[in-house]
Amino acid sequence: MSATTLETATARPWRARLRTGATASQVIAALLVAAFLLAFLVVPVGRVFAAAFMDGTSGPTLVHFGDFFRTSLFIESFWNSLYVAAMSVVVASLIAVPLAVILTRYRFPGTALIATLGVLPLVMPPFVGAVAMQLIFGRNGSINLLLMDWFDVRIEVMDGLTGVIFVQSLHYFPFILMNLSASLSNIDISMEEAGQNLGARGPTLLRTIVLPLAMPGYLAGASLVFVKVFDDLATPLLLNVTNMLAPQAYLRVTSVGLADPMGYVISVILVAVSVATMAGAALLLRGRDYATQQRGGGGLGKRALSPAGRALAWAFVVPVLLLVLAPHFGILLLSLATVWSYSPLPDGFTLAHYDTVLRESPQFITNTLLFCGIAGGIDVVLGVTISWLVLRTKLPGRRLLDVTAMSALAVPGLVLGIGILRTYFDVHLPDGTSLATSWIMLTIVLAVRRLPYALRAASAALAQVHRSLEEAAENLGAGRMLTLVRIVVPLMAGGLAAAFVTSFATAAVELSATLVLVTRDVDAPLSYGIYVFMQSAAGRGPGAALGVIAVVVVAVCTWLANRLAERERMRRARAPAEGGR
Amino acid sequence: MSAAGVDVENVAFGYGATPVLEDVSLSIRKGEFFAFLGPSGSGKTTLLRLVAGFGLPDRGRILIGGRDVTRDPPWKRNVGLVFQSYALWPHMTVAQNVAFGLERRRVPRAERERRVRAALDLVGLVHLIDRRPAQLSGGQQQRVAIARTLAIEPEVLLLDEPLSNLDAGLRAGVRQEMVELQRRLGLTTILVTHDQEEANAAADRMAVLDGGHVLQVGTPTELYDRPANRFVAGFLGTANLIDGQVMGDGRFQAGAATLPSPPGAAAGPATLALRPQAIRLRRDGGIDGGLAARVLRAEFLGGHVRYTLQLADEVTLIAEEPHLRTRETLGVGAPVTIELDPQQVSLLRA
Repeated sequence: MSATTLETATARPWRARLRTGATASQVIAALLVAAFLLAFLVVPVGRVFAAAFMDGTSGPTLVHFGDFFRTSLFIESFWNSLYVAAMSVVVASLIAVPLAVILTRYRFPGTALIATLGVLPLVMPPFVGAVAMQLIFGRNGSINLLLMDWFDVRIEVMDGLTGVIFVQSLHYFPFILMNLSASLSNIDISMEEAGQNLGARGPTLLRTIVLPLAMPGYLAGASLVFVKVFDDLATPLLLNVTNMLAPQAYLRVTSVGLADPMGYVISVILVAVSVATMAGAALLLRGRDYATQQRGGGGLGKRALSPAGRALAWAFVVPVLLLVLAPHFGILLLSLATVWSYSPLPDGFTLAHYDTVLRESPQFITNTLLFCGIAGGIDVVLGVTISWLVLRTKLPGRRLLDVTAMSALAVPGLVLGIGILRTYFDVHLPDGTSLATSWIMLTIVLAVRRLPYALRAASAALAQVHRSLEEAAENLGAGRMLTLVRIVVPLMAGGLAAAFVTSFATAAVELSATLVLVTRDVDAPLSYGIYVFMQSAAGRGPGAALGVIAVVVVAVCTWLANRLAERERMRRARAPAEGGR
Repeated sequence: MSAAGVDVENVAFGYGATPVLEDVSLSIRKGEFFAFLGPSGSGKTTLLRLVAGFGLPDRGRILIGGRDVTRDPPWKRNVGLVFQSYALWPHMTVAQNVAFGLERRRVPRAERERRVRAALDLVGLVHLIDRRPAQLSGGQQQRVAIARTLAIEPEVLLLDEPLSNLDAGLRAGVRQEMVELQRRLGLTTILVTHDQEEANAAADRMAVLDGGHVLQVGTPTELYDRPANRFVAGFLGTANLIDGQVMGDGRFQAGAATLPSPPGAAAGPATLALRPQAIRLRRDGGIDGGLAARVLRAEFLGGHVRYTLQLADEVTLIAEEPHLRTRETLGVGAPVTIELDPQQVSLLRA
């Protein structure tokens, strides 16, 4: 074999790799996305890890972790966080599992009510409801005042860790409800009938067949609840519970300073537990994708409830509904109350708090519209670009972009905020302020945090656009870029609009990273405003008014996102191009 | 296993205002392999499910072994249903799937394990006892599903389209195994199928259903040879169905064409039914004793050739002739003489 043939033989695979149809614009797009993710996600989180594992001068060390585990406050906080997260899963399950079973297995007149129950808590961030919950269920809240009056007893659900568990379970149970319901309704009815045919009925059937088959959905929801509660900063802070991990990290960074390693150590532990929980759930779910292993048609049969069963169902659904509505009512009452203290209901009603908020600090609202609008826009652009690179090009490393963007899900907002502070605090803008605490950085951080949602939505939308629609444009002479702009993006429009609205709405109530990064009221969004107002007794009214505005914004956006997604489905169902198969 | 007969008496069933079964009566004998044959929407699966207890008839009774079980829930009946999708539980192993019915019957552990093995042995799958359903092929899954129902020693075995989820190449073999197993166990078995070949090959007797009615009951050959109406004739294989008049003198007049009618048939309007392979084709050009026809279409189908023949004016007939190397295939337009044996002709009266 001569040298030349050898050379071409080895060179070919390399050239073939390059000949993946990658154009300059694709490469540039990929590099821009990579630079963004690197700068605002990978490097900041990496800096957090480095700070936790490095000693200023002497290189890698575990000494900070040693310090962590020798400090009794941290150990206590660690167990408290685990306990609160685990108990929240338990309590949320107690609410969600019966609801899911009623919803998917029985003909129940209150089905629409349960569906509403599944959305209501999500439109109100838990920290908004926390104060209202204090006023209703707290030591001297409405319920206890009445109970003391009537029966001379007091229930203490809002104290300390119990309060956090109570508020978090009521907020996060919909994750379990939705995942479990989906799982339950995917069960092939013949799975259940086979059990009946072989002699099983009622509770036995539920225990041996139905619940094990629904386990994947339950685990997905439960692990999500666990991680969200474990990482949450705002709710414990608002309830004045600081002996948990996230509040400890926040307090170390904001009070002791950026040089203190403990904030980083706690951040690493937060990320590690989140990732371990997700990985553990994935491991448990491995080989249990039952949905694809059932090939009969139809979901579980819905059966009629006996009168007793129906009474029991109502007896469960109505109290849960009241509990779920409590923070909504509470915050509404609080926003309209003149004085509400040591009495079951406010002394009088006024619109003054709304006036205060709109007149004195309208920037909270305008900032939110601006920051979250831009963040949502960034997310849509990044989502489209990444999904397009992944699904439509053969660019090497495109999957890595997708995975990196998605990994933002595993990074608590608090940790990202700390990382951004660590990385950009010493970079100064022309006016002398730090880049890390400027509104631009907050907007970028909000975009990074919500990117996973937008990316999944964009990927789903793009996957629905049949390749032949693009090929038709290319066949008629349109280049790749023109095809993307004129054909693909318009076809994805519905899905992208839903993605934008979702990103916007969830960013509007973000508080973890926001708490870390915002230093001045003028640059602060709604969620920060609520937090600041709620710190003082006098600020509760205006804080609640802001909270009501936030809830309305999120509710409208959620409704809009569902409408857009629904319209998109309808349009697709009629479209002949995709109906071919 | 204690087999039992199944009696369906005047059963009617509907979903809301839509009737699915109307006044169905059937008597399935103990130990018999019986088939419900019909197109989709005929009500055959609904009827099978009523026997298993899934659904309450609007009217009528269902008896198993002479016992009225109409109002018994599924878990109280001792019938084994093999689902079309097999419905093996993916979260359980093969052994756990098969043991399920025995656990519900509180069979002691040792006895249970013995019967699980015995049931799997019947279908030849003992070696896969610790697998999960997802690790089995389609044919193996189907056999586990059968073993799972056999383990409870049912009085009746119900098979809902058991072969429809199998590759075409596997079906004949699995069908034979199924029949052999049934013969060996002497188990009353009801097979639901839309495939007449499957029913013909497996069943002792069968019922043809359409539109919620039982149209005819009998052995496969009875139904094939003496269909009671156009639907049964057409559903069980290709049939020439020709409307016309029985003349009473051994002739059947369809327009300008004259065909033989069965001996002793009373005069009047009727439909003549004739299987394609009952038509003999003569190539000698002579007309005597036959009918002159012309080839409209010739399709070579491998084992046989299917001809569409034109008789007089509008009347066309489908004829099938075994293909032999030495036999010439007739071309389109070729004249041919056809011979019909009056014994092979049936008459259907509306």
